[in-house]
Amino acid sequence: MKAKVYITLKKGVLDPQGKAVANALESMGYNEVKGLRIGKFIEIELDSASKKDAEKRLKEMCEKLLANTVVEDYRVEIE
Amino acid sequence: MKFGIVVFPGSNCDHDCYHAARHVFNQEAEYVWHKETSLKGFDCIILPGGFSYGDYLRTGAIARFSPIMNEVVSYAKKGGLVMGICNGFQILAEAGLLPGVLMRNKSLKFICKNIHLRVENNRTLFTKAYQKNQALTIPIAHADGNYFADADTIKKLEDNDRIVFRYSTADGKITDDVNPNGSVNNIAGIINESGNVFGTMPHPERVVESILGGEDGRGVFDSITN
Repeated sequence: MKAKVYITLKKGVLDPQGKAVANALESMGYNEVKGLRIGKFIEIELDSASKKDAEKRLKEMCEKLLANTVVEDYRVEIE
Repeated sequence: MKFGIVVFPGSNCDHDCYHAARHVFNQEAEYVWHKETSLKGFDCIILPGGFSYGDYLRTGAIARFSPIMNEVVSYAKKGGLVMGICNGFQILAEAGLLPGVLMRNKSLKFICKNIHLRVENNRTLFTKAYQKNQALTIPIAHADGNYFADADTIKKLEDNDRIVFRYSTADGKITDDVNPNGSVNNIAGIINESGNVFGTMPHPERVVESILGGEDGRGVFDSITN
């Protein structure tokens, strides 16, 4: 089983890195860029008994380590 | 008094802390490898600065699960003194011993320089040797020192006098211009509710001898040891 974990900054949390990249795109002429937020993408190989089991354990992994829920949201996709 | 200085893979201010405690303040000090599981016999635990686990994932995120951290958490819950400096502060925040999180500096730059601080609360076990509103010169050295917490948490910290240090001008004025990293309300150091866990981004252990450029950090060690 394979899981994809997307970690993004919560709304309202400043993302200076995203802002710098957006500014760079703009200065390259991509004036249509109206906002850009940078997050993390994590691929995890799993040996889980069931999809349900994987979901439960992945939620734990996100809450405990992969995301800091003070400033980050996470979303998990299981393939 | 016996200091325990926790050493994570990637800690690099552990020797500075040891030197300050052992040779400048003539206290007992011992390194505690992060795989240890006991803190018996120590009177104060320091989580030193550095780049534990290469700052992978987030600063302090992996160190917070080192075996010794279970013990640090229960030591703190029992009222033991714990001070986190720089990366140590980041680890304490990740471990939930202090609220909030230290995010990437607003400028995206690693900043290593002397800055000024104002002592906001001198009624703590870590700052009682200072005067209230005293301005200090202490170095910072971090890329992730931008303190952030939700509005409720910030209000709680403000209302309960838990902000210990704030970035200031040389004469102690709090302005946006002197905020080096974008921290909410110029926060540079905070303390937990029960007053025994202290986190500071500036490095007091680096300025305890005039030969090394300053003595403004002495007050932290004077406070702890007296």
